[in-house]
Amino acid sequence: MNPTLYYIIVVFVVLMVPLNLAAILIWLERRLLALWQDRYGPNRVGPFGLLQSVADMVKIFFKEDWIPPFADKVVFVLAPAIIVVTVLLTFAVIPFAPSFVVANLNIGVLFFLGLSSLGVYSVVLAGWSSDSKYSLLGGMRASAQMLSYEVFMGLAMMGTVVMAGSFNLSDIVEAQRHVWFVVPQFLGFVLFFIAGIAETRRLPFDLPEAESELVAGFHAEYSGMKFGMFFVGEYMGVILISCMITLLYLGGWLGPWLPAGVWFAIKVFLLICFFILLRAALPRPRFDQLMSWGWKIMLPLALVNLLVTGALVLAFK
Amino acid sequence: MLSVLRSLWNVFLHMFQPRVTVQYPEQKPYLPPRHKGRIVLTRDPDGGERCVACYLCAVACPVDCISLQATEDENGRRYPEFFRINFSRCIFCGYCEEACPTYAIQLTPDFEMGEYKRQNLVYEKEDLLISGEGKRHGYNFWRVAGVKIGGKDKGEAENEAPPVDVRSLLP
Ligand code: SF4
Ligand code: SF4
Repeated sequence: MNPTLYYIIVVFVVLMVPLNLAAILIWLERRLLALWQDRYGPNRVGPFGLLQSVADMVKIFFKEDWIPPFADKVVFVLAPAIIVVTVLLTFAVIPFAPSFVVANLNIGVLFFLGLSSLGVYSVVLAGWSSDSKYSLLGGMRASAQMLSYEVFMGLAMMGTVVMAGSFNLSDIVEAQRHVWFVVPQFLGFVLFFIAGIAETRRLPFDLPEAESELVAGFHAEYSGMKFGMFFVGEYMGVILISCMITLLYLGGWLGPWLPAGVWFAIKVFLLICFFILLRAALPRPRFDQLMSWGWKIMLPLALVNLLVTGALVLAFK
Repeated sequence: MLSVLRSLWNVFLHMFQPRVTVQYPEQKPYLPPRHKGRIVLTRDPDGGERCVACYLCAVACPVDCISLQATEDENGRRYPEFFRINFSRCIFCGYCEEACPTYAIQLTPDFEMGEYKRQNLVYEKEDLLISGEGKRHGYNFWRVAGVKIGGKDKGEAENEAPPVDVRSLLP
């Protein structure tokens, strides 16, 4: 096939699948939460309530799109776009199957780290431009949390980079042909997972939103589709982190019998379900606990992990 | 850390437990007869209106949603000329039922009163009045009350002694 055409198709698929998946995830999350809380969840609209997302979308499109008069208009409008753009851009370097990737960057891991740091701007600017106490508190919490968890997120994933000897995500997956990195890098896996939850601001690390104390945190002043963008951004963030965990630790598309893409989808799906299980089961920690875990436990552990991995790789070379 | 894993596991196990939700419109819950729902006005065993338009329910109602007007028929029986309950304000507290001296006003286990127009929630007497006796059987206020109405003189009520003749000298 014409390579240009092929890439156009790939780009289209990579753009459309996460966006639509994010909508379906809203339904999935509500159904799974209900399942784990002995309820049914949305089961009326369409088969199994699947069209609930459509109904939600229609509703959110017709909501009044209101910008508070005291807000900083330009930044206020820009903030929700940033989160969606950064997450969508990161999907460009995710190899869903061998050679099914938009940009096979040789620094894919760094690209991911860089863009996820940019994603922090979205919540900080949203909190700042809303010009309200709750939003500002949420934005401040978000920036502190995401910055401190990003530090050891990068360090944790360096373990896999050291073992694979490459920053390229496809190469990292190929390096797991014999054994998935979750076995030799179990500590790194756990650390990366925790950092990933904090990065997507999901429960139990949803302190920036914290409905019970901050109303809705940084997006308290948002309505209509701007709020929807934050939502979509969050769900796409969940998909993205699940993809990254799959690629770095769970062997990406590798697996017997089934085609590569299917394996990838299965692993990502299970991880997303686990993300939702976390939300169903765990309470939210206090903010100072969150920060001290990050800096006093996670960061040293990540450093030790990287050090030991590096030493062992050197010794057995 | 261990407790976190344990609660994760416990919540996961809930996957295999029956759900507690009652799928309402298809699956109706059992409501006991004393459930406080839609209000009715009942009749006595002879088919007459029980309500004597004493206004006690209207006074007892904490949200002032009952409105009525007393009048009398040719026999001297008091009855409400109109009796109106605004169900968009009613909180189904049952105080009216408690206050009523004649068991006329009663709450029933029916709550499916949804309407598209708010005005339709104002029930008039013909909407409220039922042909039966409701929860209280065999009670007829006029038969036991010592009030004189047409066809029943003083002292003719059940268990009522004939009135004392104050002009008689005999004890
Ligand atoms: S149930 Fe309570 S609120 Fe309703 S009419 Fe009776 S007294 Fe009023
Ligand atoms: S319903 Fe009962 S309390 Fe209300 S006016 Fe009639 S008799 Fe009196």
